Amino acid sequence: MRVTVDGRGVEVPSSSSVLAAVRAAGRDIPSLCWDPRTSPGGSCRTCLVTVDDDHVVAACTTPATDGMVVRTDHPIATAAVRGTLELLVSSLPARALQMSAERSELVRACAALGVAASPPDGRIADRVDTSHPYVRFDPDLCIACGRCVRMCDEVQGTYALTLAGRGPDTVLVAGADDRWIDSPCVSCGGCVDACPTGALFELGFHDPRPIESTTRTTCGYCGVGCTLDVQVRDDAVAAVTPALDGPVNRGHACVKGRFAHAFARSGDRLTSPLVRREGRLQPATWEEALDVVGQRLRRAIAEHGPDSVAAISSARATNEENYLLQKLMRAVIGTNNVDNCSRLCHAPSAAGLVAAFGLAGGTSSFDASTEPTASCSSVPIQRKLILSSVHA
Amino acid sequence: LRVAPGTLPEENSKMTGAVFAIARLQDVAKRVGAITTADERAAAAELKVPVAAVHGAATFYDDLARTRRGSRHVRICEGTACFAADGGRHIGEVERALGVSAGSCREDGSVSLQAVRCVGFCYAAPALLDGTVPYAGPRLAEKLVRGSPDAPGIPVSASSQPVVLAGITAGEDPWQHWPEVVASWPAQRLIAELRTSGLRGRGGAGFSVAAKWSAAAAGRAPRYVVGNGDEGDPGSFCDRVLMEQDSHRILAGLAYAAHAVGAERGYVYVRSEYPSAVEKLSAAVAEAAAAGHLGRNLHGGASRFEVEIVEGAGSYVAGEETALLHALEGRRGAVRPRPPYPTSSGLFGAPTVVNNIETLASVPWIVAHGGAAFARLGKAPETGTKLVCLNEAFTASGVYEVELGMPLREIIDELGGGLRDVRRLRSVQVGGPLGGFLAPNELDVPLLDSALAAYGVALGHGSLIAIDDRVAAAELLRHVWRFAAIESCGTCAPCRLGSGLGAGLAERVVAGDASALAEQRPLLATLETASMCAFGRGVPASIRTLLRVYADELPT
Repeated sequence: MRVTVDGRGVEVPSSSSVLAAVRAAGRDIPSLCWDPRTSPGGSCRTCLVTVDDDHVVAACTTPATDGMVVRTDHPIATAAVRGTLELLVSSLPARALQMSAERSELVRACAALGVAASPPDGRIADRVDTSHPYVRFDPDLCIACGRCVRMCDEVQGTYALTLAGRGPDTVLVAGADDRWIDSPCVSCGGCVDACPTGALFELGFHDPRPIESTTRTTCGYCGVGCTLDVQVRDDAVAAVTPALDGPVNRGHACVKGRFAHAFARSGDRLTSPLVRREGRLQPATWEEALDVVGQRLRRAIAEHGPDSVAAISSARATNEENYLLQKLMRAVIGTNNVDNCSRLCHAPSAAGLVAAFGLAGGTSSFDASTEPTASCSSVPIQRKLILSSVHA
Repeated sequence: LRVAPGTLPEENSKMTGAVFAIARLQDVAKRVGAITTADERAAAAELKVPVAAVHGAATFYDDLARTRRGSRHVRICEGTACFAADGGRHIGEVERALGVSAGSCREDGSVSLQAVRCVGFCYAAPALLDGTVPYAGPRLAEKLVRGSPDAPGIPVSASSQPVVLAGITAGEDPWQHWPEVVASWPAQRLIAELRTSGLRGRGGAGFSVAAKWSAAAAGRAPRYVVGNGDEGDPGSFCDRVLMEQDSHRILAGLAYAAHAVGAERGYVYVRSEYPSAVEKLSAAVAEAAAAGHLGRNLHGGASRFEVEIVEGAGSYVAGEETALLHALEGRRGAVRPRPPYPTSSGLFGAPTVVNNIETLASVPWIVAHGGAAFARLGKAPETGTKLVCLNEAFTASGVYEVELGMPLREIIDELGGGLRDVRRLRSVQVGGPLGGFLAPNELDVPLLDSALAAYGVALGHGSLIAIDDRVAAAELLRHVWRFAAIESCGTCAPCRLGSGLGAGLAERVVAGDASALAEQRPLLATLETASMCAFGRGVPASIRTLLRVYADELPT
């Protein structure tokens, strides 16, 4: 269908929101509580635009219709957005707008609409929940937009977070107002990525120095293959974030891929192969190490036959790597002695799937399971990742 | 049981048990008093609901407060009619008489006092509930100490053809045609009759009932119908009259709605400040089931319709339809954006009709006498009758059924008999906190949404609160803003923050700082344009009319 945004016509798929049409037309408007990974919340009221007869609507929750005329610069809507941002800023400590623009959508929105920072008020971050090793929460910066709650409910499926209280006292809490570490949080980091003000943050980003480079990679923790962006500062991993356009994870990750990267800096990390010589493991080159493996395998086959060799591959390897290992065993070594650690740990789930569905795998396509039906909300992405890792 | 097994749509939601968790906490609050985190954890664990969801809901509702509750719990009204009756002095008097301040409990645990916004005794204000026993009228504290409950019944009369009051004033049986309709009327015939009647929702939004029913009927089963008995507007008590004195008419209206949309289950959500209404409706459900009007195999056919009465937990915004559905689901009674509308995605995601009590009570008469007869009443397109509520300030306060279009002056002078004693009328608040104020010289306006809109006033639920000249404008302004701040659900940023800011500005106005009035102006515009629901959008409109009517006292 065709929508006109600020005089410019754009084609958008049916069931697009007005916000999608606005973005398709290349216009940037604030949308603090909107997240591409969740249903729209419509709570922050900063994406107000006018449609058709100067009717003010929240772009994120309003469906676009064919022939709709949208204006992002209508003075009444713009004044209301500015008024709302001013209300938000007036309720926050001055430091809310002192953080760098790349870490706060609120800072960017205020800059775009010319909303001035509050005068210094001396309010310091003395209520930060520091109980959790990865997730920090500064309630004074929270605008109760609920974006993190939707992330936790709809994408992660953990339901660890809630808005509590009512009216002006509304605030985000974890569990039953628990310390974060004591709450049901599973540390996926989704809420941190979703937060538009920096109220939820991780230490890697809290460092005020900028990220120097970003490297796109695939997570090495399991076979699912989540796309991750490694954020580098000082030649070291500062943070790892899930890529929004990752075909499998679509902007989500688990605690391991998201936060468990300290091993890269660990003193006892292996950085080269080790070969046992004279009873001691000693550093070697890959060539030397592979030579040793090749010689020993050849000797074993010569003395005891190919079936004396077996391989157990790892669920942390990708599907492609697992495929190559079995190929090596069958075509080069000449044995069918191949196994994978996931066969052991996922045997019960495979048995259950076979009993229930006749197949130890998904019974519908990955995408089909995200489409909500009238009676069933969509399967959270996290749960689907678990299902697909059964396969891996 | 709030939800019968097998009636919920299959869903993978972890939230289904929340319904029971909140009901459990309501029970704890009534029996024990303060809700603790341990109570929340226990309910969450037992009912397999995320503890965050239980905590989020528990901290939302007034009745599930963490402040201790005494063995005697008194709810004192700070609604608009009680405020207008004596400027709110009754609260201080009762606090002194009980030795406890509002919102707290006496050290020894004997008495606690909770300020609530309207207990529905506006015709005899001020009022309170001692447990569930009402006290109303002057010298409230004195009566409470003496322990002599005194609360007059609601004077009710029909000045028009009784439609909603057909049972109370004319003795018509609301179930009379139900056996015939359920056995032989196609749903479309019922919807067509409603379309002919022109009946619109009486809760304030004024949406066509036939259109709402058709929309829900087009969705896939299961479908639900819900009666909205969360009559939260201070000044309005007509739904209380209906729920207490003609409960069967509401159930019959709900049954017709269920027949029209093909629902097998219905709920009536009744605010906890109306304990007697909860009781009467629950009894009526049992009676109707015994008479074969509700249940399985209705009147020999295959139809089935079951109704459950659900008690609210203290929140004004829970009367907004999306918030009400959240409350029924055991969640925070906060609004959500529409679309999707409840007719396509309502209770537990199923197509749902939410109708106000007075709306439902109109339906049995329309079925009995025909939509055309209803459409002849009122002033098209605003057809039919409306219940109006006159507060204590009137000589003849109470509930009146009038035809839509009757001039307000006739209602006030002829039905209400003008103001009692020697009080002088200063303004009339129409339609509660989201309605608006009219000056004495503006009362020739007819009781029609379209006509009132010219004065910036919304008809709302039809309450008329006469405010005499003893009430100072600044204090009235503070009263309206305070209500907004206390009852804002907090979902959208403008209302969550703007209502509190407005209350602060009004405090300054009361203290004599006139510059606060000017500071209000941009705030009103932001609230009105940016808020998510009718609450945040309606409060500014109401305040603007107040500023117009009281322009001489509040120069801007």
